[in-house]
Formats: sequence, structure tokens, C-alpha cells
Amino acid sequence: MTAGTAQTPILKIDGVGVTFADLKALQDVSFDVAPGEKLALLGHNGAGKSTLFKCVLGFLKPAAGRITVAGDAPGSNHARRSVSYLPEQVAFPRMLTGIEIITYFARLKSVDPREALPLLDLVGLAQAGRRRVGDYSKGMRQRLGLAQALIGKPDLLLLDEPTSGLDPVSRREFYEIIDRVAQEGAAVLLSSHALSEVEGHIDRIAILSKGRLVADGQIKTLAEAARLPITIRIKAREGQADALRDRFGGTRINGRSVELSCEPAGKIDLVSRLTERREEIDDIDIALPSLDDIYRFYSNLAEKGDAA
Amino acid sequence: MSPFTKIAAVASIEFRVALRNRWLILATGVMTLFSLALTFSGAGGLELKAGILTLAAASLATLSVYLIPLIALLISYDSIAGEVERGTMALVMATPISRGALLAGKALGLIAVLAIAIAASLTISSAAAIFAYGMDMSGLAAIVRLGLTGLLLGAVFVAIGLMISVASPRAGQAAAVAIGVWLVATVLYDLALLAGILADKEGVFTKALFPYFVTANPGDAFRIFNLAGLENAAPVSGLDGIANTLPFSPLYALAGLFAWLVAALTAGYFQIRRLTP
Ligand SMILES: Nc1ncnc2c1ncn2[C@@H]1O[C@H](COP(=O)(O)OP(=O)(O)OP(=O)(O)O)[C@@H](O)[C@H]1O
Ligand SMILES: [Mg+2]
Repeated sequence: MTAGTAQTPILKIDGVGVTFADLKALQDVSFDVAPGEKLALLGHNGAGKSTLFKCVLGFLKPAAGRITVAGDAPGSNHARRSVSYLPEQVAFPRMLTGIEIITYFARLKSVDPREALPLLDLVGLAQAGRRRVGDYSKGMRQRLGLAQALIGKPDLLLLDEPTSGLDPVSRREFYEIIDRVAQEGAAVLLSSHALSEVEGHIDRIAILSKGRLVADGQIKTLAEAARLPITIRIKAREGQADALRDRFGGTRINGRSVELSCEPAGKIDLVSRLTERREEIDDIDIALPSLDDIYRFYSNLAEKGDAA
Repeated sequence: MSPFTKIAAVASIEFRVALRNRWLILATGVMTLFSLALTFSGAGGLELKAGILTLAAASLATLSVYLIPLIALLISYDSIAGEVERGTMALVMATPISRGALLAGKALGLIAVLAIAIAASLTISSAAAIFAYGMDMSGLAAIVRLGLTGLLLGAVFVAIGLMISVASPRAGQAAAVAIGVWLVATVLYDLALLAGILADKEGVFTKALFPYFVTANPGDAFRIFNLAGLENAAPVSGLDGIANTLPFSPLYALAGLFAWLVAALTAGYFQIRRLTP
């Protein structure tokens, strides 16, 4: 997300709400995705990620709010020409081969199949193209799903948990492909369960919790804004643990260690006070909040909001 | 690319899936067996009043009323509900194909399966009969008429099967409804009409309404049209006696079949537009 570019967003989500019976699956969700941008949508099981995708595809009509895809209503012909979709549980007719599937979807997307078939090479399925999809492994089906989604250079890729079922090497390859299509100008909106997984690959994250958008921004910005405490673990010299605990507070753990936590801003100060006592200290270990901590922090925000 | 390219793409995939699921071979095999059996049992070795193919056309017209709708419903009930259930439909519906084109493509692919099964079974049984008993030109015309109208009958039930498939949230439920529809259309409806005649004793129902009720049923319409075409050359019995005493041209029976086809496709179209994959 480069600030200041007046690029019109390919996807605009504005105040969207979806209700199933008495379950509010989405409430007042708003964000935009610009061309070339990669946005990861994070959230626990049932947070509403797939529901939001179905709204963007026009399969579900939101009860509140408005979505535009390439300036048009979701599900309209123009919107469908701009969007590609990889569903959570990607499935293809089991009796067809990879080549037949790609040819089929190319025709549905008005693309010459000869242009689309090289995508099988791109996702590493060149050898398996003539085999039936029913015999593919889960990861191979996922790759075929990605190849299908790349047909015809869509403006917006909607990928619902695209890396589930992929081994670590395939995951890296997947993100390399995503990088390339984003560089060519496509917007990518993908969902995932783990912040640690998308880190380093994705510009921006949005976190859904119980149907509400609780965070939206770059990982670094969100981490700073969360102001999560830093944990400092001190290993004391023989017999010094209690004295350290009394001086700095914190909690005693496994015999000789003391665990302290401090605000990010107070980190330097605390460390310098600790070094004054270095004759009592054997070792210091500083743990920054992990990505999972950050993710948990934002996910729990909404629950706190519910209680209030 | 025109919508026709997309319709053709859907149709060819639907056909291929039916082929690989062995539906085509099964349908062709069953229909060939039955038409061979009926053709040769009709001959019976006696000297024939009508040609062998004429007799075969008469008994095939009666049998097709059960068999063609059954096969048509069996190949179509799963076509949409099953894809929704297995999750393959979401991908297709996310692409820029219109829902109408999708339905049309599926219908065409399945009708092609029926066309091959009908053409192959009639060709094989007629060729065998001609080989054994010699040529029967008017009978051959009756067989061709039977094949074409049988395909129309099949198309009607493919459209009905697709309509059931669109409207059912689960493939299992679609199967149950399809069997129910087949029972009503091929067995229970006629039984109800017969009961009506018995109760009515040559009253207004039998004289005025009955022919219309019979032609309103696609299976009966198909049979009546074909039997009327045989012009008393073959013995008919039961409800089929009406074929020779219709108060209107048998072409109306054919028009009735077309009306069913259009109605079922239209209903399916309005439902598939509302479908959430
Ligand atoms: N068709 C439906 N009918 C009723 N409830 C639904 C329907 N679809 C989704 N829900 C509910 O809406 C909520 C959000 O579901 P959704 O599938 O969007 O979650 P998700 O974030 O994709 O979860 P996961 O990470 O498990 O895929 C869940 O509570 C789910 O039960
Ligand atoms: Mg989901």
C-alpha cells in the first residue's frame, strides 16, 4: 500500500454485514484493495473469511453495506471477468484430467486454452497433466486450483486458504507466483490462519474476529500499535535469584531464572538497569512478542469488546 | 467468444464425465438389450400381418415410456446438486459464464448421451431384424420416428432432472425426488386415469377430458404420437386405444412434449439464477 497513489481500488468493501439466521457472520466490514496489492485476511475458524469471499463473488448478498469489484456489482459479468477464485476446499470433477480442467476453465473465461495450458508448468503439474484429478494429492489439487485461478490474468485473485495442504517448499513457490502476479498489477486477497505464515510475503493484513474487522495495516505498524510487552528472562548466578526478583519484580521460574516483562518503550531503560547488576546475572534473554502474540492480541480485541 | 463456445465447453465436459462414469455404456447397453428382446419376441416366428419393424416400433413405444425417462433422470439428477455438494460448482459459477448458458450446456451434454444410446440401440436392433427377416420400409420409418420422438421425451426428462437437481440442496434428496417423479409420471398417473375411466363409466370425463389428460403426460404423449403413426398396423391395448380415436391431431401430442421441454428448462433457469453454490 503506497500512500498517496490515487489508484482506484479494484475491490471496495464498505460497511458489509451478513447474517445467517441469528448469527452475525460479518458486521460492518470495510476495506479496499488496490491493484498490485497483496492483502492477507486472517481470522480464527468461523471468523467470516469465506463468507466475505462469497460476498465478493456475488454468491451471497450482504444484508448491509456495499461491495464493488472493478467498479461493478459482485457477480455481474464485468466483475466475474475481473476476478478469479480459489475456494477453500478446491474440487474438480474427479474423472477429468488436469489438462481437461484447464482447457475447460480457459473456455469458460474466454481464453485460448493454448495460452492457459503452460500454467500447468508454472504450478509444477506438467507431468501430472494427463492424469485424472481424482488421483491427485491434496497439494496437487491445490496447485491445479491455483493454475485455474491464474487463467486469463485476472485483476483480482481471491484465494481462500490457498496454502492449506501445501508442504513448506510448495508454499514458498506459491508465494513466489503470487509475488509475480502482483508485480504484474493483479491484486491478491488471500485468507490464512497464521500470521507467521504470511509474514514476509504479504504487504498488508486485515484481521477478522467474530465477523468484525479488528485490524488493517502493515504487520510492522500493527505490531507497534499493539504495544505488546517484551519478555526478558534473566538467569541469575547461584543464590541471586531472589534478590533480583525483589529488585526488579517479575516471577521466579525454573530454579534460577526470573522473568520480567516491560513495555517496548521501557526496554532500553530496563536493560541498562539490569547491566548495572551484571555480577548477579549469568545470562539475559530478550523475547519480542511473536507474530502469534500480535495476532492473538487483535483477535481477542473483539471478544473484549463483546464483554464490554 | 460467444456464449455458444461456453455452452459447448460445458456440454462437452458434461458428456465426458457421463462417458467416464460409464453412464453412456450402461444406457446404451440396457436400451440395446431391451430393443433386441422386444424386436425378436414380437416376431415370434409366425407369419406377420405387419412388418417386423412396425411391430417392434409398437412394443418399443410402450417400453420407452418407462426406460427413457428413467435413464434421463438418472443421468441428470446429480448434475448440479452433486457438483454443489462436492464443491466443483463454486469455481464454475465464479467464472464469467451465465447461469442460463451453464444450464443449457449441461442439458445438451446429457441429451447427447441419450441421443447416442437411443441411436445405437435402435440401429443395432433394426439391423439385426432386417438381417433376419428382410426389409420393412414403413417399419423403418416408424423406428426413425420413434428414435427422434424418444430423444425429445428424453430431453424433457433431462430438463426435469436438471430442474430437480437445481432445486435440491443435496444430491441424495435430488435422487429421491427424481425416483418419485418417475413413478408418478410413468405409473401412477396412468393408473389414476384408468381409475377415473372405471369410475366415470363413459361419462364426461371419458369422452371429453380424458384425451387431454393423457396427452398432458409426456410419456403418454410420446406413446400416443408413435402409435397413431402406425395407423392400426399393430395391435394396441389399454390406454393406448385412445391413439386411434383422438379428438385432435396427434401433432398436438408432439407439441405437448415441446411445451414440457420449454417449461422445465424455464423453471430450471429461474432456479439456477438463485442458486448459491
Ligand atoms: N450457509 C451458511 N449458513 C449458516 N451459517 C453459515 C453459513 N456459511 C457460514 N456460516 C457461519 O458463518 C460463520 C463464518 O463462517 P466462514 O465460513 O466465513 O468462516 P471462516 O472464517 O472462513 O472459517 P474457517 O477458517 O474455518 O474457514 C460461521 O459461524 C459459520 O458457521
Ligand atoms: Mg473459511
